Amino acid sequence: MIINHPLLGPRDSQEFTYLGDASLIERPDWQAADAVDQFYDYLYLRDNPAGLHRELWYHEQGDRSWLVVTRNTLTHDITSVELARDVAKAKGRST
Amino acid sequence: MRYSGFQVLKQALSGHKGWGRAWRDPEPQSQYDIVIVGGGGHGLATAYYLARSFAKARVAVIEKGWIGGGNVGRNTTIIRSNYLLDGNEPFYEYSMKLWEGLEQDFNFNAMVSQRGVLNLCHTDAQRDAFRRRANGMRLNGVDAELLDAEGVRKMAPFLNFDSARFPIKGGLLQPRGGTVRHDAVAWGYARGADSRGVDIIQNCEVVGFRIENGICLGVETTRGYIAAAKVGVAVAGSSGAVMAKAGMRLPIESHVLQAFVSEGLKPIIPGVITYGAGHFYVSQSDKGGLVFGGDIDGYNSYAQRGNLPVVEDVCEGGMSLMPMIGRAKLLRMWGGIMDMSMDGSPIIDKTDIGGLYFNGGWCYGGFKATPASGMCFAHLLATDTPHPTATAYRFDRFRKGLMIDEKGMGAQPNLH
Amino acid sequence: MSQINRIAGGLIDRQKTLEFQFDGKTYQGHPGDTLASALLANGVRLMGRSFKYHRPRGPLTAGSEEPNAIVALRAGARQEPNARATVAELYDGLTARSQNHIGRLSFDLLAVNDLLSPFFAAGFYYKTFMWPKAFWEKLYEPIIRRAAGLGSLSGQPDPDLYDKGFLHCDLLIIGAGPAGLAAALTAGRSGADVILADEDFVLGGRLNSETYRLDEATGADWARAAVAELASLPNVRLMARTTVLGAFDHGIYGALERVADHLPSPAAGTPRQILWRIYTKRSLLCAGAIERPIAFENNDRPGIMLGSALRSYANRWGAAVGQEVAIFTNNDEGHSTARDLLAKGLRIAAVIDSRADAPKSTAYEVLAGAVVTNTAGRLGLRSVTVGLPNGQSRRIDCQALGVSGGWNPNVHLTCHQRGRPSWDAGLAAFVPGANLPMGMSVAGAAMGQMSTTAALASGAAAAVACLADLGVSASLPKLPATEDSPLRLTPLFHVPGKGRAWLDQQNDVTVKDVKLAHQEGYISVEHLKRYTTLGMATDQGKTSNIGGLAVMAEMTGKSIPETGTTMFRPPYTPVSIAAFAGRASGVDFRPTRLTPSHHWAAEQGAVFVEVGMWLRAQWFPRAGETTWRQSVDREVLATRKSVGICDVTTLGKIDVQGTDAAEFLNRIYANAFGKLGVGKVRYGLMLREDGIAMDDGTTARLAEDHFVTTTTTANAVGVYRHLEFCRQCLWPDLDVQIISTTEAWAQYSIAGPNARKLLEKIVDPAFDISNAAFPYMGCGEITVCGGLRARLFRISFSGELAFELAVPTRYGDALMRRLVEDGREYDATVYGTEALGVMRIEKGHAAGNELNGTSTALNLGMGGMVSKKKDAIGSTLSEREGLNQPDALRLVGFRPVDPQHNFAAGSHLIGKDAEANAANDQGYLTSVAFSPSLGHSIGLGYLKNGAARTGEILRAVNPVQNAETLVEVVSAHFIDPEGERLRA
Repeated sequence: MIINHPLLGPRDSQEFTYLGDASLIERPDWQAADAVDQFYDYLYLRDNPAGLHRELWYHEQGDRSWLVVTRNTLTHDITSVELARDVAKAKGRST
Repeated sequence: MRYSGFQVLKQALSGHKGWGRAWRDPEPQSQYDIVIVGGGGHGLATAYYLARSFAKARVAVIEKGWIGGGNVGRNTTIIRSNYLLDGNEPFYEYSMKLWEGLEQDFNFNAMVSQRGVLNLCHTDAQRDAFRRRANGMRLNGVDAELLDAEGVRKMAPFLNFDSARFPIKGGLLQPRGGTVRHDAVAWGYARGADSRGVDIIQNCEVVGFRIENGICLGVETTRGYIAAAKVGVAVAGSSGAVMAKAGMRLPIESHVLQAFVSEGLKPIIPGVITYGAGHFYVSQSDKGGLVFGGDIDGYNSYAQRGNLPVVEDVCEGGMSLMPMIGRAKLLRMWGGIMDMSMDGSPIIDKTDIGGLYFNGGWCYGGFKATPASGMCFAHLLATDTPHPTATAYRFDRFRKGLMIDEKGMGAQPNLH
Repeated sequence: MSQINRIAGGLIDRQKTLEFQFDGKTYQGHPGDTLASALLANGVRLMGRSFKYHRPRGPLTAGSEEPNAIVALRAGARQEPNARATVAELYDGLTARSQNHIGRLSFDLLAVNDLLSPFFAAGFYYKTFMWPKAFWEKLYEPIIRRAAGLGSLSGQPDPDLYDKGFLHCDLLIIGAGPAGLAAALTAGRSGADVILADEDFVLGGRLNSETYRLDEATGADWARAAVAELASLPNVRLMARTTVLGAFDHGIYGALERVADHLPSPAAGTPRQILWRIYTKRSLLCAGAIERPIAFENNDRPGIMLGSALRSYANRWGAAVGQEVAIFTNNDEGHSTARDLLAKGLRIAAVIDSRADAPKSTAYEVLAGAVVTNTAGRLGLRSVTVGLPNGQSRRIDCQALGVSGGWNPNVHLTCHQRGRPSWDAGLAAFVPGANLPMGMSVAGAAMGQMSTTAALASGAAAAVACLADLGVSASLPKLPATEDSPLRLTPLFHVPGKGRAWLDQQNDVTVKDVKLAHQEGYISVEHLKRYTTLGMATDQGKTSNIGGLAVMAEMTGKSIPETGTTMFRPPYTPVSIAAFAGRASGVDFRPTRLTPSHHWAAEQGAVFVEVGMWLRAQWFPRAGETTWRQSVDREVLATRKSVGICDVTTLGKIDVQGTDAAEFLNRIYANAFGKLGVGKVRYGLMLREDGIAMDDGTTARLAEDHFVTTTTTANAVGVYRHLEFCRQCLWPDLDVQIISTTEAWAQYSIAGPNARKLLEKIVDPAFDISNAAFPYMGCGEITVCGGLRARLFRISFSGELAFELAVPTRYGDALMRRLVEDGREYDATVYGTEALGVMRIEKGHAAGNELNGTSTALNLGMGGMVSKKKDAIGSTLSEREGLNQPDALRLVGFRPVDPQHNFAAGSHLIGKDAEANAANDQGYLTSVAFSPSLGHSIGLGYLKNGAARTGEILRAVNPVQNAETLVEVVSAHFIDPEGERLRA
């Protein structure tokens, strides 16, 4: 596969390391009353769609960017690649 | 008709006119006691044991395509019960025992061949871990032997002992491990279940579950609604997509695992050998092909095909372990979709939806589990209690922190 | 032996004669020959035996789709089993042997299987061999295994080199027949980057095997001229002998170039084969079509082949299969064959055309509406029996029969991403479907454009379209006038009859087998394939799948496309496993990382050990030491007595900087980090989000906003990745930057009572490293050896007074030599990983064996370290009940009750009087060593509720090695439990 890195252009996916669903960005609040339940849901449960999937790839043999790749799990077609940092910020994550 | 050597002779002399269908092709009825979703190895085995051991007569298996078309027909055919952890070992040993009597039981030669499974180790730490595992197996009454490098050399002199990047330090041998003709497992269970009255309905896809007040009443299919007192889902690989139709999210991701076969060769590899310093495991089929595989591709996929990096990685492992296979030619590569669970271990459990039961999360070790998985799922469906060897395979183990993590990789499915 | 069937013409160099051997007999051929063409020219039709029935076989085809003429090429370690004689280029000295027979090829003892074939129907083995139970493995299976398989591996390591390469282009054209050449000319002239790959050693495809003209030129000449022009274009890369083996995601293609298979052996230093990964924006599949046979009784005898193969052998290779030739066809192609062979001076016994309206001829006899019903000739065709439309039959003597059943477009690569072909009723064949791999187009016969004119035009047009997608404008070239005859075909897949008619010739799958599969319900195409083995031989059913489908369709009463489609998988043709491995085998399987002191250690004769990718010194044998234990014990004792030096560079080092660096670390580590003072070091335990220990190490605060964190060697990469994840994805606005500096700093541990004294000899005087100024868990940036910048950490893995000193890596070798030199005064001893391991067990430190991915802080005895006052990775889920059970495993120490006794890591712990079984399992030993300091074995291990069981006697059972030792539960801190030494 080829991942079109937003900063570096197209790169073979072999340069990257895969983590999983991009929802892993949305780490729950540890002080929530039901924090354990939220963390359980966050860490263990997956939509695992047969179709479009937003997922985290790490450019391990490159610039060490974490990326959010939108890829179709049925065809492997990639429709967008974003810097995970930008995605995280857009979701309101900060410090 | 019962299969036997006598029948083969008799039919040969009469032009094979007497062989009947291995299983019927029935129309789906409007309702069953139990509907099994998924005509793969596990689903068919479940139906077989429901009919055979629990005398459940009104059972149907519904299959989207043709039976045995999923992972039971795509794996590298290895059976073993060399697990480390308490939650796993008794279950896999139960499976091994069922394999050992399976062919006579379902009257179909699945070529269960216990030629041994040899796992190699390449570091002292690996050897310590093997010793822990081997002793755990022994304490569970399972056969296990620890070999030193010389012992490995005697068994497999063709391995790379002289110029290896990661020298072979020894191995863990399970003599009762081996291989089984994978397609025959599906067919044998199908034929056995069918002969006991189970309806096997092919080309019938589940498009939804009818759930009212938290109770599953049946399944909507491409061939109409089928009501069932209980619905058991055994569709590993597609678990995420199928259970989503019941509104469930699972501790499972779907990943592609590639497998490979070489051209037919005269016998050269005795049993199953797995490399401990690379992703490579191999056996030789009765037809002569080297059947081998390695790691999953590592990204979520439902595509049943993989990519070159893993193909190369697997062959690199193979060449570094046994350089004599260089001029053997890779004939065919294919992919299967694995239910990669969050701790690398399966789930056989009720769901929070009444009447809906689940069997999945087999990662890439489901084939060897087929008989026990079928028996334990049948037990659960028939009695509403888990089989004694499968009590740990619960959904809530992640919530409770009771993971069964053989490899110690944590909640990242592609590392198991 | 003379080349009795060598005829005029062909693309062979008759000026040169090559000698080769087949089954020990010497023959002659010419450059340009394949092994098959040369053997045929020598009158040899019998080249192999089939898989199951051991039927005598000769080539069916003249290409890579060959199922029958499968031989072992070369000898010794270069022996290649299952090579297709039809594509093996002849070279001087080639040796080949036939396969899969006992006794001579012409008298194979296993041919008895053919007589027993009624018992060996499809799937017979699933129905028998089950009794008695033990007999399968002891009797039946060994016999079956010996009989199965085709060729043999030599059993020796492959001596040749294999390489990998990467290519990029705008347009990859797969196949250099008329469509591919027209496409390449079109694209090449436009200036686009073009790769043209073809499996053959002569480009041109069927143009080299046919006799029609392109304008005035012969096909071969036109192809040669086209290739010459393409070779002159700098933007075109021509790749002959290169098989595009698979279409992978996003325009990545695998291709195998056979660099040296046409040579006796590869030239020194050059590879035998290269695996190319081709990245292309667009691809154009011009893979042509494969002619298909018609099944009839005994259609598998040597001499029976595809009509197109007969033409190839005659026209391209100047080889006849026999002097008298019959043709069996369901389309006009058979007549072309007859005309070509007549022109070569061969006799056409008859053209048997299944169509009632077959074309007439004055040059040869046409039997219209007739079919071949049987053949004769044990080791090679002698005659065919023809069923005439009037119901009578007629025997026709011939040595060759050319069968033309139509053409199957070569859709193989279009299916690699699970696209399904669609049915073309006009061709009675599958053509590429709509669902092609991304960026792929198809042209020529592969697209069902069966005439040469159509192939040329579609190739050129497809190239223009592909380039237009890329914004490159290309113009259609002027194409030559040439053959443009329609394929007039009346489908016929098999001739009904009672005998065996072969579909899959290699695997011996007959029409009857397909019928039996239907009868037993194995109807889906995948069941059919798996039950009968149809299409699973080395040719993957290229000539047989459609025939099988057609028979099944007849049985079910459905059409062929309703019955199923064929699903091709990579590779297109079999590829040597070594090619996929490339250079990554043997010691080059993975890169080797060397420590800064490696060369020095090697000079000392150190024994090295693989630690991940690293090679580390394991111990340093000295003269007179005969066992590893002697060396290791000496290293441990010398360190504890005076001072030892160890290269610890392999530990991961991560520089953490920024105003939020402390806060970042506070969230990464389970224990608190916010208040770590500048100049201080703290041990940190890192959890995974699931609450399990991920890694441990020390973190030094060099400045308010600057930390250096260490990881274990094994987890260096994973921890760094995790930190980047946390930084970028979880807390993107924290002001923190990280970088791995593992390779940047050489780091040595200097441990032992004299460690400070040794260090003081090299630390520059400006820096005070006295206990008061530089206490335990202190750190600082200093200079050594007169101004060399360095980092010093007062940390200890051994339990001794110890420092770790880091200098820029390029000074690592010099520093080791200096330490050794300056250390002579104190008898400084360099120690390896074994002594390191012994000392850490003596001190009770957890390492890889304990941090096994299932251990919690609680298990490790560090439960109290997990701060509840802050958010850190893993802290929330570590509260789950399953991770906090009262009898949770705890890391404790063990010693043998009898100090003379040993025990082994991996032993399980069982109550003193309990039966050794799984129910009584209390835990296990993780790490065991002989402690030279204590004079007996010691161990660390996990024991249920272990912290409360000190003093208890247990059995360490090791049934797999028939060993058992009584052990006492003790503190894990065997040495200096109060920590006085390390604070000294």
